[in-house]
Amino acid sequence: MSLKKVSKDQPANFEFNEKSLEKAKKIISNYPKGKQQSAVMALLYIAQRQNNNWIPLSAMKYIAKFLDMPYIKVYEVATFYTMYNLAPVGEHFFQVCTTTPCMIRGAYKLIEVCKNKISQNESEISSDGKISWMEVECLGACVNSPMMQINDDYFEDLDEKKLETIIENIRQNKKIEPGSYKGRKSSEPENNRITLMDIKNA
Amino acid sequence: MLEDKDRIFVNLYNDFGSDLKSAKERGDWANTKDICQKGRDWIINEIKDSQLRGRGGAGFPTGLKWSFAPKEVGARPHYLVINADESEPGTCKDRDILRFEPHKLIEGCLISSFAVNAHVCYIYIRGEYISEGAKLQKAIDEAYDSGLIGNNSAGTGWDLDIYIHYGAGAYICGEETALLESLEGKKGQPRLKPPFPAIIGLYGCPTIINNVETISVIPSILRRGAKWFSSLGREKNTGTKIYCISGNVNNPCNVEEEMGVPLKDLIEKHAGGVVGGWDNLKAVIPGGSSMPLLPKNICDTIKMDFDACVENKTGLGTAGIVVINNDQDIIKCMARIARFYKHESCGQCTPCREGSGWMWRMLERMAKGEASREEVDMLMDVTKQIEGHTICAFGEGSSWPVQGLLRHFKKEIEERNNFNPLINTGQKNPYLVDQHLLEKENA
Repeated sequence: MSLKKVSKDQPANFEFNEKSLEKAKKIISNYPKGKQQSAVMALLYIAQRQNNNWIPLSAMKYIAKFLDMPYIKVYEVATFYTMYNLAPVGEHFFQVCTTTPCMIRGAYKLIEVCKNKISQNESEISSDGKISWMEVECLGACVNSPMMQINDDYFEDLDEKKLETIIENIRQNKKIEPGSYKGRKSSEPENNRITLMDIKNA
Repeated sequence: MLEDKDRIFVNLYNDFGSDLKSAKERGDWANTKDICQKGRDWIINEIKDSQLRGRGGAGFPTGLKWSFAPKEVGARPHYLVINADESEPGTCKDRDILRFEPHKLIEGCLISSFAVNAHVCYIYIRGEYISEGAKLQKAIDEAYDSGLIGNNSAGTGWDLDIYIHYGAGAYICGEETALLESLEGKKGQPRLKPPFPAIIGLYGCPTIINNVETISVIPSILRRGAKWFSSLGREKNTGTKIYCISGNVNNPCNVEEEMGVPLKDLIEKHAGGVVGGWDNLKAVIPGGSSMPLLPKNICDTIKMDFDACVENKTGLGTAGIVVINNDQDIIKCMARIARFYKHESCGQCTPCREGSGWMWRMLERMAKGEASREEVDMLMDVTKQIEGHTICAFGEGSSWPVQGLLRHFKKEIEERNNFNPLINTGQKNPYLVDQHLLEKENA
């Protein structure tokens, strides 16, 4: 359970645009009739995507009406789960994993870089308005640690220098490539692979 | 070492591509129809004979779980739910199955749904796995287009729909009843058991919940036979398992190995050895962060399967192996794990909600050497008050790693925190950090 601050600046109104509406209807059809409440998590994601990666309170009210459920139940869900941002985040949203497997491979060095190059405090948008960062719990890519998530993508096998380059590239509006920064294709052992060799070479 | 011909996840490293065509070349979807035609009882018996145990952490026999579902469908439909909410620190096996072997999972879903009488299957993926989810959705679409799922799936006469449901970053949703709550659009807080989900689960209907890896190995077991599967490993600990080796090793990796492979082999042969050599090893967490750690002397000999781990007072869990060497501060590592549990507690049961924060704060102070001598025993007492006093197994998950630390590294903590409680020094302190000692005297 995490403590999350709801943004003080709230837009008065929120409505799904056409594209979101279409997506939302498709998702509701995945669940049995009368169980449309199941779609609340997906709809919150859709709202978040439409609204620059954060969910205003008006969107929760809109979703509550949309799914015919009490507003408080939507609010409960939005505050319980950590991936819903209730306040604005940077255009590039860095989530650095610092749980033990990443920590012992140097995740806190990445945090230092974030502090120096982006903003002193987490969840604070950098002065150029492009980036914000926060510490998160295990992202489930432990054999590619240390790693972080930037918006939708995983960036793996990082170190301070590589992270600095990523930040530099974002500032210069260059495209950043997700995946391993050590040249690994997946979670195979680097330089040391002894399994599935025959099949690969066959 | 397991031979390549016995490996199930041939595309674990994505040498071949994850699309339907390459999956079929690897043997997926080859005779799904024939397998289903042998009937429900045959499938369930075969899985029972293979002695497959759930790969999600608890190691519950899969065939037995399936047989709990009502034999006939009554007024309520049956559901199959796949648990892909992989969040255990140290574990990243399901991610590779989702992105590189999605067709093994989808075929497994069809056969399992058939076996438990379900026409709808939900796959609950953790929210962070956006690109993995997209790859799985692509594979599902491919399967729909080729008639492998949908109406009359793969010619079996069975109708099946598969939907993906994204989580949103809550570790607790990996617990099966919390997952069901989340799937129903509520906060992920676990339910009391019984009733078990096999009788009353999703929307109050009979529901079977299995891990991604469990479901993905099922087609291979039925194709190659229960005998083949149970010939690997040993009695009650059969088959293969994907091990994730992370932490202070030279080449962290995922690898599929036989059950019961020695831990030392995994680390030395597959992961390139401990950084600084085997003698530099401090401890290993063998099964994801919620399992107690093992000191070096046990790591020398232990074999990695469910029962051998239990004999050594730990557990295989998800087989997420985290290697910690002497360069790390072991107390700090465990304090960070305690912080993880503090962050992820759902807040429903008081012992866990309050206790997890308590353990974290004590461990942080112990790492800095600011705790008093008597707090070490008190920490053990706190873990004992959490364990077994909560609705779900999160209480055990958060207290076991701390108990493991105290069991094997108590001396180290005591050396670092070796002073009298402040209360005994007679100092006036604004913060009476060890007030509990006063209470003892008063009692």
